Amino acid sequence: MDLLTQLFTDPFAFWTSHTLLISQIGINSILASSMFVVLYSGQLSLAAPGFMAIGAYTAVLMDLYWHTPLAVDFAAGTALAGLVGAIVGLPVLRLRGVFLAIATIGFIEALSLGVILNLPITGEGLGLKNIDADPVGGVNIVLISLAVVVYLLWRLTKGRLGYAWTAVRQDELAARSQGIDVPRYKLIAFVISALLAGYAGAAESHLYFILDPNEYGVPRTVQVLTFAVLGGSGNVLGPVVGALFLTTFPFIFKQAGDYIGVVSGAVLIAIIVFRPQGIVGRGGFAFVRPRWWPRPQSRAPSTG
Amino acid sequence: MGQQILNAIFIGSIYALFAVGYTLVFGVLDILNLAHSAVFTLGAAVTYTLVVNHGQSFWLACVLGIFVAALMGLVIEYVCLRPLRRRRAPPIAALISTIGLALIIIAAIEQGRPGTLFAWLWVDGANPVTMPPGAFPNPTWHVAGLTLEGSKLAVIPISLALMLVLGYVMRSTQVGRGLRAVAENPRAARLMGIDVDRMIALTLVISSALGGLAGILFGVALGDISPYIGRDSVEVRGLAVIVLGGMGSIPGAVLGGYLLGLIEVLAVVLLGSNVRAGVAFAALFLMLVLRPQGFFGAQLRERI
Repeated sequence: MDLLTQLFTDPFAFWTSHTLLISQIGINSILASSMFVVLYSGQLSLAAPGFMAIGAYTAVLMDLYWHTPLAVDFAAGTALAGLVGAIVGLPVLRLRGVFLAIATIGFIEALSLGVILNLPITGEGLGLKNIDADPVGGVNIVLISLAVVVYLLWRLTKGRLGYAWTAVRQDELAARSQGIDVPRYKLIAFVISALLAGYAGAAESHLYFILDPNEYGVPRTVQVLTFAVLGGSGNVLGPVVGALFLTTFPFIFKQAGDYIGVVSGAVLIAIIVFRPQGIVGRGGFAFVRPRWWPRPQSRAPSTG
Repeated sequence: MGQQILNAIFIGSIYALFAVGYTLVFGVLDILNLAHSAVFTLGAAVTYTLVVNHGQSFWLACVLGIFVAALMGLVIEYVCLRPLRRRRAPPIAALISTIGLALIIIAAIEQGRPGTLFAWLWVDGANPVTMPPGAFPNPTWHVAGLTLEGSKLAVIPISLALMLVLGYVMRSTQVGRGLRAVAENPRAARLMGIDVDRMIALTLVISSALGGLAGILFGVALGDISPYIGRDSVEVRGLAVIVLGGMGSIPGAVLGGYLLGLIEVLAVVLLGSNVRAGVAFAALFLMLVLRPQGFFGAQLRERI
């Protein structure tokens, strides 16, 4: 609990001693937001780490070889991830549900195992050394961009695009019958998600001195999916809350020690079972009541 | 080359056995059971621990390993799936709860060291171990330049026989008809007097028992048992197999398993071992884009 105690008693010391943790929460939140966009449009795409890898490698390689300014590195990484997102999205978005999930897993594995580990320029299995990384100063960039991302996504979901996504998510056939161009809106969501993941990858690569190719595999995608679903994928804030909760979990439950994996698995199951819509979702803070739990005595009169 | 083909058949048998369980659950429930690879690991780990740390005979340990895996199938059903089904949660919630269970199982094995809470389950922490050589008979022959190891050869008839038995049960027994009815339409099956919940529990028991056995065979014959064999060797490849064969189709999963074994071996022979995994996933990706119903898509309508 010392982490929480410190946060409330001495926020400045907390900020300086946990800068990297705060940055990682921000990165994970942006990633979870990228997952949110695809989930919000009704697609179970697990491609985020692949786009992250593209963003991260592009940014670091540009910095290493051309010494371009940071903003250019980030922009290039993000743009390339978006471009690949459009190319991959076109054929893949015909697939639905689990099929899309598996196809995107195929994409990230083929990218990391087939391409990154075999190209000499990416440092293969050893990864790259990023000498210009800035673990301390990077936190400002991350937190500002997180705020911008969440605000933009909130505006998007309240606008024309958001309504179209909701319609597609709830019933594709009905959406099409209302004149919504389903493939177009799906592709828009996929590309926005790729851009966000690429940006998160570029921003993350700026925090660490070493770019490790093993970071961008299936475990990462499972983690990001968990952030988004556990936090609640019906609201922009859900993924951020999920990322915040799960990233700080090992620090808050320090007493669990080596058993943190067991404890977090159990907590994961408990939350999803008692609150399938996620932490932030419909129903306020009410949990789904187990059947053995006593019911309240007074009932609202039936409205017939 | 002959040796390579033999290896392809051997590893293909294990892929097939693993994937049959995967595809069975998907066929009946339309849910990807992501705890399946953890059950695979658990089967191998329990068998190893029983032989090495508890001094049981190898055969008894194998039977108990399969039994524990089958019990874990019940845990998956009662803890992760049934509560969510009762609450009509979206399918993605089941994905997260099975991820949570997989996390618990793997973390428990990983933390199994002398003096920890899980020392009864596993004592080697994260290290890979090998079954002691005298634990099981392993005659080795040299025929026409090929090395034939008894333990590897035995895998092939064992898995073929089990898959044939499963096929027979599915096609020609009352239980199999019940399972296929639930897969086709749970509601109609309930109206016909089939106990749907019991059928689903049975599906998970069968699936997990096969998964656990696949883990035991893998660990014993390849001499590699560690907390990560499920994640590294079969988790994503299992997905590739069921996609190659057609989701939910048992014969598809069997043929898909051998096909993936062959693809991987050919990739190693023709392109070198670096690209082995990448090629498998590129094949998976292409397959989903070009022919999502799998090679045996005509049978998709008649699942299982």
